[in-house]
Amino acid sequence: MKNIAEIRADFPILNTKVYGKPLVYFDNGATTQKPQCVIDTMNEVYTTYNANIHRGVHAISDRASEEYEKAREKVRSFINADKREEIVFTSGTTASINAVAFSFGERFIKKGDEIIISNLEHHANIVPWQMMCDRKGAKLKIIPVNDNGEIIPEEYHKILSAKTRLVAVTQVSNALGTILPVNEIIEAAHAMNIPVLIDGAQGIQHGVTDVEKLDCDFYAFSGHKIYGPTGIGVLYGKEKWLTDMPPYQGGGDMVENVTFEKTTYNELPFKFEAGTMNFPGAIGLGTALDYVLSIGRENIAAREQELLEYAATRLAGIKGLKIYGNSPAKISTISFLLNNIHQYDTGMVLDKLGIAVRTGTHCAQPVMDRFGIDGTVRASMCFYNTKEEINILGTGIEKVISMFS
Amino acid sequence: MTVTQVQDTIVDEFSVFDDWMDKYNLLIDMGKDLPAIDSKFKTRDFLIEGCQSKVWLHPELRDDHVFFSADSDAIITKGIVGLLIRVLSGRTPDEIISAELYFIDKIGLRQNLSPTRSNGLLSMVRQMKLYAMAYKATGDRHQASGEGR
Repeated sequence: MKNIAEIRADFPILNTKVYGKPLVYFDNGATTQKPQCVIDTMNEVYTTYNANIHRGVHAISDRASEEYEKAREKVRSFINADKREEIVFTSGTTASINAVAFSFGERFIKKGDEIIISNLEHHANIVPWQMMCDRKGAKLKIIPVNDNGEIIPEEYHKILSAKTRLVAVTQVSNALGTILPVNEIIEAAHAMNIPVLIDGAQGIQHGVTDVEKLDCDFYAFSGHKIYGPTGIGVLYGKEKWLTDMPPYQGGGDMVENVTFEKTTYNELPFKFEAGTMNFPGAIGLGTALDYVLSIGRENIAAREQELLEYAATRLAGIKGLKIYGNSPAKISTISFLLNNIHQYDTGMVLDKLGIAVRTGTHCAQPVMDRFGIDGTVRASMCFYNTKEEINILGTGIEKVISMFS
Repeated sequence: MTVTQVQDTIVDEFSVFDDWMDKYNLLIDMGKDLPAIDSKFKTRDFLIEGCQSKVWLHPELRDDHVFFSADSDAIITKGIVGLLIRVLSGRTPDEIISAELYFIDKIGLRQNLSPTRSNGLLSMVRQMKLYAMAYKATGDRHQASGEGR
């Protein structure tokens, strides 16, 4: 494995200074930085073969189409999906979940049906289901969470019922970092023939995700959270579902034959890819996945766990710091509050020390409500962060406490 | 002092600091010193939307002058709203409406002005001006209302 200096050298932005101080980027949960190879790929697309895909009769269109389909194959292999037909490119996790909520909803949901989500969901895995429930007269059921920020499995088993049509849960809580027991969740649902969607936005980048082993029915993730470009995402869906589901957007490329009387749809996955797709983004994502594989997903996970332990120990020594989310199964994210200091005050001061964290509800208001708070400060680390940066955060936090007390 | 004079005084106070921590310390002190708002005004009606921290702003018209009181659950935000009150409170609606707030830029808080920035400095300024416009339009001398905004 590359050493940390070599890894950091791959990410040009990590040399940036803000307010004259070295940038400490702890907002990886919101978006990750890009290695030079991804930036180079994007540059290469636009400088050498930018042309619309699947339409051209000319050389560079063929090249773009080929690279786009190669990227699809990279995604398929990365998550170990069975077929390339099961990999749909979208604009991101939000678009992927909305696509399922619409298309699955149209085809399979009727009045009185139930959808199960957890109390840990990001708004992107709440609101599309609420909209679908409103449309169809279905009902949302919530798996509750304990004080450690873990879902309560017994409660899940209680709400799973003959009325349940779909379970949609996150792989990892974006607000607290908790890793959910998705294997168990899927197994229990499948025992009752209920399909499961996994929101992988915060999971895909922190270890190995194998959709075949998981046996999930849908898996959604975003390129920009796994060192790829913004505006590209993936929806994995088992072929049997995607075949039965109607398209959610109409347009070019998703059709086989169009007359004013009747339109027939293209085959999978193109049925779900209407209009000009973000092919430079998809190709860039392919490079990002190659990069992650070159570092090694096990190596990434191990390094991030080391950072998490180091940070937890460093921050635990700070009087007045309270961590939200204390599950032993966590990614390298620490959500916290300091005494009665508002998270926004903490974030403003840390910012001026060069430390980028996120403050607020993290688009997961129900999680905050569960803990009776209106936000936290979230430091989300990844494999290119260092223990020195954690020390800078620790010192910064101590400074915040002294300023506000 | 005129709006311009107060702004210049604030710029002077901040000009002695190069370091952001010192500027924040000053804002924290100003936040702590801001006179408390009557707790009966800390309601939804007086809450400014669009802020990551909660900001309550209450206007009152006395002798043709608008007096603001405010509070926030975040201290730095409270310091910022305190600055706005120093500049705009106790002025006529016309003065408030026409005030050009250049001090924000000069003391380096400009980035906090962007509409997407969650402390909503812009929302606070807009709200103060809206209250002033409402007073000017209705000429209501009796009491302020948080409604209709």
